[in-house]
Parts: sequence; C-alpha cells; structure tokens
Amino acid sequence: MTYRLKIRRFDGVRAFWQTFALDGGGGLTVARALELLNERPCLTDERGQEAAPIAWDCACLEKKCGACAMVIGGKPRLACAVPLRDAADRDGCVTLEPLKKFPCIRDLQVDRRRLTDTLTEMELWLEQAAETREETRQLHYRAASCLLCGLCLEVCPQFSGKGAFGGAAPAIAAFDVYDHAQPGAHRDAVARQYRRRFYDGCAKSLACQDVCPVKIPIERLLVKTTAAAVWKRNRKERK
Amino acid sequence: MRRVVIIGAGIAAMSAALTLAEQGWKSVLVSPMISERAQSVMAEGGINAALDTMGEGDSVRAHFCDTMAAGCGLADPNAVADLTAHGPETVRALASLGVPFHTTASGDITLRPFGGQKKRRTAFVRSSTGRQIVTALARACRREEKAGRIVRLSHHWLQQILTAEGRCTGCIVRDGRMGRFDVLAGPVLLASGGLNGLFGKTTGSVQNTGAATALAYAVGAACGNLEMIQYHPTTVPISGKRVLISEAARGEGGRLFLRRGGEKWYFMEEKYPELKNLMPRDVVSWEIEQVCRETGEDRAWLDLTGVDPAVFDERLEDLRAFCLEFLHLDPQKEPVPVYPGIHYFMGGVYVDRAHRSTLPGLYAAGECACQYHGANRLGGNSLLGAVYGGRRAAETLLRDDGPPAPPPDAQARWTAALREIENRPGRVSCRAAEGRMNEAMNDCLGIRRCEEELAAGAKTLADLSTSLAAGYDPSAGAPEQYLLERRLILARAMVDSARARRESRGAQYRTDYPKRDDGAFQKTTLARWRAGKTEITFADIPKEETP
Repeated sequence: MTYRLKIRRFDGVRAFWQTFALDGGGGLTVARALELLNERPCLTDERGQEAAPIAWDCACLEKKCGACAMVIGGKPRLACAVPLRDAADRDGCVTLEPLKKFPCIRDLQVDRRRLTDTLTEMELWLEQAAETREETRQLHYRAASCLLCGLCLEVCPQFSGKGAFGGAAPAIAAFDVYDHAQPGAHRDAVARQYRRRFYDGCAKSLACQDVCPVKIPIERLLVKTTAAAVWKRNRKERK
Repeated sequence: MRRVVIIGAGIAAMSAALTLAEQGWKSVLVSPMISERAQSVMAEGGINAALDTMGEGDSVRAHFCDTMAAGCGLADPNAVADLTAHGPETVRALASLGVPFHTTASGDITLRPFGGQKKRRTAFVRSSTGRQIVTALARACRREEKAGRIVRLSHHWLQQILTAEGRCTGCIVRDGRMGRFDVLAGPVLLASGGLNGLFGKTTGSVQNTGAATALAYAVGAACGNLEMIQYHPTTVPISGKRVLISEAARGEGGRLFLRRGGEKWYFMEEKYPELKNLMPRDVVSWEIEQVCRETGEDRAWLDLTGVDPAVFDERLEDLRAFCLEFLHLDPQKEPVPVYPGIHYFMGGVYVDRAHRSTLPGLYAAGECACQYHGANRLGGNSLLGAVYGGRRAAETLLRDDGPPAPPPDAQARWTAALREIENRPGRVSCRAAEGRMNEAMNDCLGIRRCEEELAAGAKTLADLSTSLAAGYDPSAGAPEQYLLERRLILARAMVDSARARRESRGAQYRTDYPKRDDGAFQKTTLARWRAGKTEITFADIPKEETP
C-alpha cells in the first residue's frame, strides 16, 4: 500500500511540514522507510517539490543503540522498532517529529548532550571496585541495558530540559552506581545528587517505564535507590 | 599533559583512553556518536578468557592453541600469546568495573561453550555482553571526563590523517553539525571498528563506514588480510538489514538442521561429531552455504526448541525477545530460519604485537586492526581483543616518542583539496557510486570466490573511481566525496588481496583454488598504496617467541 510520511522538517532556520509518499508493505519499519526515501536519486515530496535528504540519526537499526528515537504518530519511539502499519493512522499517514525535550539540530536529529552531561554532573562513576551482590545482579543487568535514547525524558511530565531535574535515565544510572559502590564520601555524594537531581522532582507518573524500549523495570530500580540513598534503608553493608 | 587522538568511542577506544588517563595523559575521542551507540553494544555472546571456573582444566595455552587453529595459522602468535595470557585479568577487571557477568552457584564467573573451543571459556551477560561492557567502561570514562583527561568530540568525523617525514603527526576532523574542520596534533589511535560500509548493510552499525581505515591506507599504512571477512553462520533478515542470532544460541544447545526428504538433517552433527554445531564460524558458514546449495534451500534452521526453559530465562532472554519482536516467532516453540551474513573483518590496519601500524605515530586496536584473528576469528575473542588491545595500544603510546607537530599549512592544504573536488567540471552522484560499490563488493566477496568474479569486481571499482574523479556531487559535499574516493581505494585493495591469495583458507574459499597451500600462502596478505596503485605482497608470520 502507499503510506504518507508527514515529517516535521527543520533546516536550521525554519521548521515546516513535508509529506512523502512511499509504497511498501506495512512491515517496513519507520527507519527503513526513511532510508528508502533518502536512497531516491532525487527526493521529492508528494506535490513533486524537490526536497533535501531527511536528517535523522541511526546506527544499529535493531534496537540496541537508541540513536533513532523520535516522535512517531504522536508517541516517542525508536524508528527501527516500529513498523509503518503500527504507526499509521486510518489514512495511512505516519507523522514523524523530532523529540521535543531536546534542541533540534536538523529535521529529526536532536542534541541529547543534556542527558550525558547530567550523568557526569551527578558524578555517576565508581571510585573503587564494584561489589555486585547476587540479589541485585539482574537489576544491574537491566539498568546497564539503558540505551540513553531519551524516550523516558520525552514523556516525563517533570522533565523540561531546564533546571536540576534529570529524569529517569540518570536515575537508572544512579542505581547502577549506588548499589555497586562501597560506603564512603563518593557514594554519599551520589546519594545527594540522586535526591537533588531526581527524587525531589519526580512526580512518579512512571510514564518513563511504559515508554522504555528495553523494558527496564524503572519502578523497582527507583524504589531500591530511594530506600537506600534517600532513606538509608534496605542496604546491608558489607563488613 | 601529553595527548592522544583516538578515532572511535567504542570498547577499544575507551579501554585505551582509561589506560592513558591512569598515567595522566589526555585522550580526545572522535566519533560520530556517543559510546553508548557504538557498534560495540551489538556484541552479544561473550568474552573469552581461560578462567577455568567450570573445572574443565582449561588453560591460557589451550586458549592460545584454539585461537591459532581457528585463525588457520595466519594470526601473529606472539600477539595471540599476549592476548590470551591477559584474558583472565581482563575479564576480572571488567567485573570490578561492574559488568554483571553470569555467575556460578559458588559466585565465580560462569563460562559458556562457544564455537571452535574445546573448553568452556566465554564469560557472558545473557546475550548482551557488549552493551554491558560499554556501560561499565563509559561509567569509568565519566570520571576522567570530569577531570579533563578524556575529551569527547561526538558527532565528529575523521577527514584526513596528517603526515610529515613519513610519520603520522595528527589528523583533521569535521564537526558534522557545525561543518567546521579542526587540526588535532598528536599520535593517532584508530579504534574505528570494521569495514561494514564497503558492503552496505551488514550485521554491524551503519556508522562503521570503513572511512578511517581507508584514510590510513591512503597515507601509507599497510593493511593486512583484507580478504578475510567473517560470515557469521546464523543471521536473519529484518527490515532492510541482517541481524545476528548470537553464537550463544548454539553454545546453549541450539542445533542447525536442514529439511531433506521431509526429515530434519542435523548436518553439522553428522559431519563434525566432536564439536558439532560449535565448529569455528568459517566452517559452519561454509557448510550452511554448501548444504543449501546441494539441496536447493535458501536457508538453514536453528532449532532451539530443546533448550532448557530455565536456560532461556537466565541466559537467552534477550535473544527470545528479539525473535518475538522482529521475527514474530517464539524460538522455544519453532526453529529460526538462518543464513550466513557479513559480521566481522579479520583484516584491517596491519599492526605489530604492540599495536603500531607501519606508519610511525599511527596505532590501531579493536576490529579495525589486523593482528589477533588470522583467517578466522573465534567467537568471544573480539571483545577480548577490543578491551585488551585498547589497553595494550595505550601502553605502547605511553612508551613511544611523540610525533612532530603537523605541517603548519595542514589546514590550508585540506581546504585546497576540497576546492579541487568542488571545482571539477562534471557532476556525479556519491550515493549511486556507493550503492554500486556495495553491490560489487557483495557480488565478488561472498563465501565462495573466483578469479572471474573478483576481476569483474575490481573493474567496477576502478571504473567508479575514475568516474568520481571526473566530477563533483554538491548534494554530498566535498568532505563526503573525499572519503568515498578513499573508501573505493580500500575496497579495491580488498578485492586485490582476495585475488592474490590463490588458495582457500579460513574465511576465504576460492572455487578455482580450493586447496590450502601453506607453502605459498601461510603468510599475511599485505596491501600497500604506493604511487597511486595498490601493491600486494605476502609477509611472513612472526615466529613464536619462547614465553
């Protein structure tokens, strides 16, 4: 069937909508559809107007890297994991927009530096060798699966891209650090950062958990980290 | 503070940067994307080390022997000895960085069976080991970033490697968002991954275009064993690309079969009764291609229905999730259709045991380097090669003298090179040329190769180079065209390497030279770009030194 991809374009100065027609099976992913459009020798929109190639980020194309996060049919998702048939409206139209919580670079590309900067500002690293406890090993696996795609921040009612609140992705990384860390000044500093950059601002909508493409059990991680880092509970210290 | 420019941000790059930071050196990581989007996150099955936690009497020597045997005698034995000797400490160091390896009941690291290995020696985190290692290394790098010892130039591309008096003196990088070019002085370590982009879509990242290796080749760094391309036995097509079904699937009990006369034919078990489905990858891929050819089938089947459900839950949960989401099948209930696909490049920038390229001041580690894997890589050795290789390259950098400053007119010469392209009278299409390059490479460098097809591929690539040189593609821009022209040169060197090796060994099967010829070809294929032409020679494999 013929799909219509309605894409919010941004050329560095102005934003506008442009629609492209694409024939293909509904199993085609949004990512593949964008590739097919850009592979055309001369890209034209549905009115026959010549158009610049569509800028978007991708790397793995199999839901392992998080590069291709964008708003698809009104929902933040990964373009490589969404078939056109699941994103199209009744008329076969698929709308694509960049994530809105991050500065737009061009078309569907955004600058997610804020996310990685927050991890560094929160000092989310280990000062000593990690101590992986058996009871939380699987949770560490889950936490370390975070793609840093930014979808959790896009849906978060509290995250605006401004201010101290960092959203779920840094909180997930904070679990990984806090639970691995040995007691001491650095772990205490991470706890303070967790409280200031996450706990104090989280309204607990858990929209982040619903949207996470790799299904990280964010609620469980947050409960554990809050209990340990904020309330100093449920943490058996090693001798 | 001494400074090293590292091209890449994946596991080898971060491993090197952390080693340099320990000694107070500064690293600049140049990459199109952040570490968490590097191809390293796609590594799945595990990392090899002779930890011998499974009580099977494994040893570093056994790991060495398996690696050398899989590489069909082409790997550098001294480099492999270093790699395998440092395997156990490398894996334990990763655990101390917080990689949550699967553990045994007694709390030690579990090891799973992997292809081509007689003992269990592959440490793993389900089948997402690369992602977990990247997360741990990126976390460790963050500390050094805060201290200014690691600087990240994400969304930056290598554009040119600078040389003076036969030495690498630095490089020019392009900020992909601002369009600005910067000269970065200092020694350069390539950790830029494999050469996927010469073939188009492979199982790897589309960001690994092969441009960095091509630039190194074009300024005189020799490339080794370029013809040795690993076809992973079990890949599946999804929307526009092929995806790996991890070797862990067979390590945990998966069985390959073909339908023959209405019956399931477990051909690997029949033909290779000792290692069965876990023969080295070159053998399994060749056999799948062969039996499909014989039976007229276009795919083999991977049967995981007999794998213990508890093993699925504990060790293969992510593989099952992938199959359900992308293939719409449950691997616990029905077999997975598979066929070999391009997965890894054993060849690349030719480096010595200490990761020095033939161009002083230029180093390479990880998949872009040719050293550890010979004619065929063992599964689980790539992650070890990346982590250990990055560290080893950094240790060499710490010892070596730094290069002289780049030529003062480097930026002006670069601008002139771009102007030369922009001023060409004709118009060309880089996108079309790249497509034709990909097609030619896939056509002539399959699992089975022959002179006729290789010669046709070489001619297509030569014609493409000639036509591109006559014109300019304004929509691609001069920087992109500059890179594509050098990638074409490297692609041609790859085809010439395959033509020159008139034998069959490891990943290279020549239908016109089907026998292995140790007398003439137990050597490294060396490609060098000299006076505008590729020159192919064969270098002796270093003799194994007494430990």
